[in-house]
Amino acid sequence: MFGYIVQRILAAIPVMGFVALFVFLLLRLTPGDPAAILAGDTATPEQLEAIRESLGLNDPIFTQFFRWVGQLLQGDFGTSILSGKPVIELIGDRMEPTISLALTTIILSVTIAVPLGVVAAWKQGTLIDRFVMLLSVLGFSVPVFVIGYLMISLFSMELKWFPVQGFRPIGEGLGDFLHRIALPTFTLTLLYIALIARITRTSMLEILGDDYVRTARAKGLPESRVLMRHALRNCSVPIITVIGIGFALIISGVVVTESVFNLPGLGRLTVDAVLSRDYPVIQAVILLASLIYVVINLLIDIAYVLLDPRIRYT
Amino acid sequence: MNHTTHFERKPAGILRASLFSAALAGFALVAGAADAQTLRAVKHSDLRVLDPILTTAYMSRNHGYMIFDTLYALDSDLVPQPQMVDSHTVSDDGLVYTFTLRDGLAFHDGAPVTGADVAASIARWGERDGMGQVLMSFVDSMSQGASANEFVMNLKEPYGLVIDSLAKPSSNVPFIMPARLAETPSTEPVPEQIGSGPFKWVADEYQPGVIAVYAKNEEYVPRSEPASWAAGGKVVNVDRVEWVVMPDDQTALNALQAGEIDYWESPPSDLLPILDANPDVTVKNLNALGMQTIMRPNTLNAPMDDVRIRQAAIASVNQKDVLDALVGNPELYSLCGAMFVCNTPLATDVGSETLTQGNGMDKAKSLLEEAGYDGTPIVIMHPTDVGTLRTQPVVVAQAMRDAGFVVDLQAMDWQTLVGKRASQASIADGGWHMFMTNWVGADVFNPLVNNMVNGKGPDGGWFGWPDVPKLEELRTSYATAPTLEQQQELAAEIQKIAFDEAVYAPIGQYFVPTAWSTSIDGVLDSPAPLFWNITK
Repeated sequence: MFGYIVQRILAAIPVMGFVALFVFLLLRLTPGDPAAILAGDTATPEQLEAIRESLGLNDPIFTQFFRWVGQLLQGDFGTSILSGKPVIELIGDRMEPTISLALTTIILSVTIAVPLGVVAAWKQGTLIDRFVMLLSVLGFSVPVFVIGYLMISLFSMELKWFPVQGFRPIGEGLGDFLHRIALPTFTLTLLYIALIARITRTSMLEILGDDYVRTARAKGLPESRVLMRHALRNCSVPIITVIGIGFALIISGVVVTESVFNLPGLGRLTVDAVLSRDYPVIQAVILLASLIYVVINLLIDIAYVLLDPRIRYT
Repeated sequence: MNHTTHFERKPAGILRASLFSAALAGFALVAGAADAQTLRAVKHSDLRVLDPILTTAYMSRNHGYMIFDTLYALDSDLVPQPQMVDSHTVSDDGLVYTFTLRDGLAFHDGAPVTGADVAASIARWGERDGMGQVLMSFVDSMSQGASANEFVMNLKEPYGLVIDSLAKPSSNVPFIMPARLAETPSTEPVPEQIGSGPFKWVADEYQPGVIAVYAKNEEYVPRSEPASWAAGGKVVNVDRVEWVVMPDDQTALNALQAGEIDYWESPPSDLLPILDANPDVTVKNLNALGMQTIMRPNTLNAPMDDVRIRQAAIASVNQKDVLDALVGNPELYSLCGAMFVCNTPLATDVGSETLTQGNGMDKAKSLLEEAGYDGTPIVIMHPTDVGTLRTQPVVVAQAMRDAGFVVDLQAMDWQTLVGKRASQASIADGGWHMFMTNWVGADVFNPLVNNMVNGKGPDGGWFGWPDVPKLEELRTSYATAPTLEQQQELAAEIQKIAFDEAVYAPIGQYFVPTAWSTSIDGVLDSPAPLFWNITK
């Protein structure tokens, strides 16, 4: 197992290298000039040239690339072209809202969706099953921003239970933190409940017809034990996969939810950087998102082994 | 080549800081717990560039007004009034201006403001700003005077717009910085935000794309006159101002109505009826000069290199169609053919009849025929990501099609347009024929600040690069015209030639009201949002 993990980590290095090269070249091929953005409307060609020079944008593209890689190897993600702030600081500032939203959403979604999916499969064809499926279709079909606006309209504007927008770090008080993260969490949770409940139900339906489940029931085991210990555990691999990818998806940016609730997360940082051609920021956040996907995929693979003894990596 | 500029500096300790620990370092943020002395405002955009001389971005200008001060400022009658200056004298030959700064001026680091700081600041501004560049062409030397609070400007020849230049209200504004900062090359950002203005920059709490924070400058000594635009006493009545970034208009609307923010600079016109109906919200246009939206042809690329084709394009456009589509509410726009904006001393409608009366279609068709237009597609750049810029290209393109043009409306984001419009390449090499943009009225209200009537051509002209030496002659004459009457005559002549040469066309003037909670009072009229004088 340890050897497998090392092997996967080593395999991630060329993946990250390829992502770095791809992102770098893609940005340089995209129209737009950060120097022109920085200089504004009245800069002379000479001034524009001087700004490009000071930003190193006049250097050959591979000189720029290797300079950036050199910085990365020293742990330096560079400096934002526009704000002049270190990129690592910009990303660090945006991590807490994003990680907070990802954790609260996934925890709440799993807590609700897995039991819902199990019950829906167990009671297949009943009203409960149909209700769960209806909820699932709704969660998939209604755009997140519509759910967000409805949440704000009802819980913030009408009932005044929650603030409209904003984020408060957990370090400033758990109550305040939960008060502000609640609505965006509920909004995203509806989508993830739909996804996880549906996967859980489908996986459970496949398992519940298997011989070993029939055997477990024939042994006289309580139904709850049959469902949770024998069935759910054996269908947990696809569920864990969906949860892991869902978590990575939130971490790498849910820009609509972040915008509707004015959460200063990584999604908004990415979009803002793209729109303003802030190359060092875009490169760093995409690299970070790739790293997150690699790590989460590795964790998912490790989880497979823990959940399903039949799976072995050599 | 030096790559250790501000852009690429490597902060110590970054290596060691993990993302998580940086995240947990915490940051103050957005809305929530009410603090009576904190004013929370949602601005029209995000503050990204902190140097208001390096860039013309309006957010950087607004930031400049918070932390820097100016020698002069325009009042609401468009008359320059002393701000940092106590008095000034002009030598009999009109060549030596001596300015005495008023007592009590000090930068946020405690250093007094001196004539040397002023000289360095004006020199740096004069490198970047159009009106500043004209002023500098008349300046022989600038220096500190006999005493530290004196600033002396020696001219090569008399220039009538010295004070007007120093009172320039919009980008770039001649803000005064400490000399040590103003000596930064004008193509690089200043490394610190130290001014002598009514607010201090709270660097620790700044998060680009999230929040910018200003604290009251307790040491600031305001003038005794009442505030009027950016002139008069800058009396700060709140402890702290937060500029909160809210990318979603609906969220800003809800936040204002819920009392989570106090001020919303530019709500979109379709949400104004909701705000108007709310008794707890005041909605008012603070900028009497409004915004000018323009179409700008590229004179370098065929067939737009033919003046008749450019004239045809302009003649096809009806301002009312543009403004109905862009704004909708007729109370928020005005049909205005004045290149130097309506409601200003230089306003004139000469040459603009087809635009405001919408009767130029026949003229457009006959001009096209006369020019022998061969159906070459006209490339119009269409920025689809900016709400106030994505409508005009569609309306103009349709009007031009109606006149007989073939139009290639190329969708792109604004920053792509900004990069592409600087290109003088041919169409085959990715060039362009036309784009639209908007200007704050104060940025176009005279021939020196209005970039579009610059006739310097490909070498020194503004994007589109019309080569019209007569325009440059007239602008120079305007700069030295001794009376308002002469300035008005020259401005009218410039406008006539600019229309004759079809260098650009104003396609409407519109107004963007500001909304604020009734819990605040004293919001000032001005072409730029100002945060002094406000009580909460």
